[in-house]
Amino acid sequence: MKTYFAARLALVGVMLFGLLCITFAITYLVPGDPARLAAGPDATDDMVRTLRAQYGLDRPLAVQFTTYVGGLLHGDLGRSLRSRNDVRDDLVRFFPNTFELVTLSLLLAVVLGVPLGMLAAAHRDTWIDHLARVVSVSGVAVPAFWLGLMLQLLIALDLGWLPLGGRLNLTTPPPAPITHVLLLDALLRGQWATFADAFRHAVLPVVTLCFPALASILRVNRAEMIETLRQDYVVSARAQGISNFRVVTKYALRNAMIPTLTMIGLRYGWMLGGTLLVESVFDWPGIGLYAVNSALSSDFLPVMGVTLLIGVNFMLANLLVDLGYAWLDPRLRRTAS
Amino acid sequence: MSTRAHALALRGWWEDRRSAAREAQRYARIFGRNIASVAGLGLVMAFIAIAVIGPWIVPYPEDATGAVHLDRKLQAPSRAHWFGTDEVGDDVYTRVVLGTRVSFQIGLVITVIAALIGVPLGVVAGYVGGMVGEVVLRVTDVFLAVPALVLAVAVVSALGSGIVNAVIAIALVWWPGYVRLVHGKALAITQESYVEAARAVGMGRARIAFVHVLPNCLSPILVKASMDMGTAILTAASLGFIGLGAQPPNPEWGAMISHGRNYLPTWWWYSAFPGLAIYLTVLGFNLLGDGLRDVLDPKSRL
Repeated sequence: MKTYFAARLALVGVMLFGLLCITFAITYLVPGDPARLAAGPDATDDMVRTLRAQYGLDRPLAVQFTTYVGGLLHGDLGRSLRSRNDVRDDLVRFFPNTFELVTLSLLLAVVLGVPLGMLAAAHRDTWIDHLARVVSVSGVAVPAFWLGLMLQLLIALDLGWLPLGGRLNLTTPPPAPITHVLLLDALLRGQWATFADAFRHAVLPVVTLCFPALASILRVNRAEMIETLRQDYVVSARAQGISNFRVVTKYALRNAMIPTLTMIGLRYGWMLGGTLLVESVFDWPGIGLYAVNSALSSDFLPVMGVTLLIGVNFMLANLLVDLGYAWLDPRLRRTAS
Repeated sequence: MSTRAHALALRGWWEDRRSAAREAQRYARIFGRNIASVAGLGLVMAFIAIAVIGPWIVPYPEDATGAVHLDRKLQAPSRAHWFGTDEVGDDVYTRVVLGTRVSFQIGLVITVIAALIGVPLGVVAGYVGGMVGEVVLRVTDVFLAVPALVLAVAVVSALGSGIVNAVIAIALVWWPGYVRLVHGKALAITQESYVEAARAVGMGRARIAFVHVLPNCLSPILVKASMDMGTAILTAASLGFIGLGAQPPNPEWGAMISHGRNYLPTWWWYSAFPGLAIYLTVLGFNLLGDGLRDVLDPKSRL
């Protein structure tokens, strides 16, 4: 198990290096002039030249790459043009909000998707199966940003049940930070009114971001369950008189979970991408909104910072998924080591 | 050649046609059994028809090229304007219909470029293998480790926004899926006895790769391409919505929703109808892809 983990970890290291190569390539090898990009659209030629020397853009590529990686290792992601803020500080400030949004959405998607897929597989061609199929084909086809807008239109504006966007009402006092995750902090500080307000603000973005993931998790789980329920060991478990509920939830689910787990890991990454859209719609102060606003004002370095952060997150999530496999399927532990 | 040899050749050809036709009929039967597949095909055909004849059926063709009619701005859906009008008085129905062609072109260009890059690399990784194959696979993994939308936004922010740059950016991050797909398929095909036989009679590696391996990968590639048409259209619309893709007056659905957003909730039709168009298009391609897979590649699921 230890060797398995070490091998996986080494692979993450290699991938991380590859990711740095890609972001370096985008930053330094684009057809445009990186110094001009960094200087912004209004800079004079003199300013661009100064910047080029300052960033070492006149030196050989290999030297530039080492400097770039060295800077990143020291946590230097550069500065935002718009705010002159350190990109790292901005990311530290905005990431907890995105983490909160993505985690809640993924939880909701798993909590709804896995049982619904199981139910649909156990009761094929009944109304619940048809419902599951409608959800699973619609969820991946509907544009998340449009779904978000329509939910705002219907539930926030028409019915007035939930707030339109943002993280808290202006009048609600935010809790003093402990974990920097707002809902958790409000809970830990016992500020119930703040918690309720933060929760109300979270409902629509979470539902919007969750829908595509829910659809694909449901789809994979349903298909895998159907396949697993046909296996001999399931038939023999049934023959021994074990109840249907127990067969499905205890014997079949564990095997069907392996491909489902892959999909959950994949979806976590796609959700991080989806935050760019959903956070823009709901004005949610996370790294997605930060990346979009920066990209729109040609503020380049924050975009690269978010790209790196999301890439690293996704790699770590995949590492967790690999460990999850080993837990679900003991055979993998042996072959890997 | 004697007459008899001619007759035999002709008969062989005829038999081939007959069996091909029977095969096609069998496929059509399997495909037709599933209502969802047929619905998907219907949706895609309908949108292709709209994309082709769009300019001739819309009531106000000039509204997609920047015409301004302030006297009829932001009107609710009516007989004259089925989907209402936008903030400069352009007919939303006209723009949604003409946007179909824009979206299909975007989807097609992205899918074709991605397949052209990814498929040969997949053959290299799966059939040629060795160090080169290993490197190709590792690079592919790295690209797959960042969500396509995020990477596309990064590339567009370096290249500058606009519809052409958005398409380039998405295509540049879209190919890894094809490498993975073709790699797996090619690995399996390499074990087949006809590849062995081709090698035994002295056929070159490159020739085997492109004459035997590649054609046998075509079904899954086709299935993926059908699905990708939908997802690529969705991603391009997302960039349009963010404001990094198509710019007005180009009638692109994502950009229309983005502009219409400022006119919610009173003028809801402005962003509601383009979104519905995206949804139905992507739904159509997904259902069609599902149906094609049931027919062409029944062993793989999902």
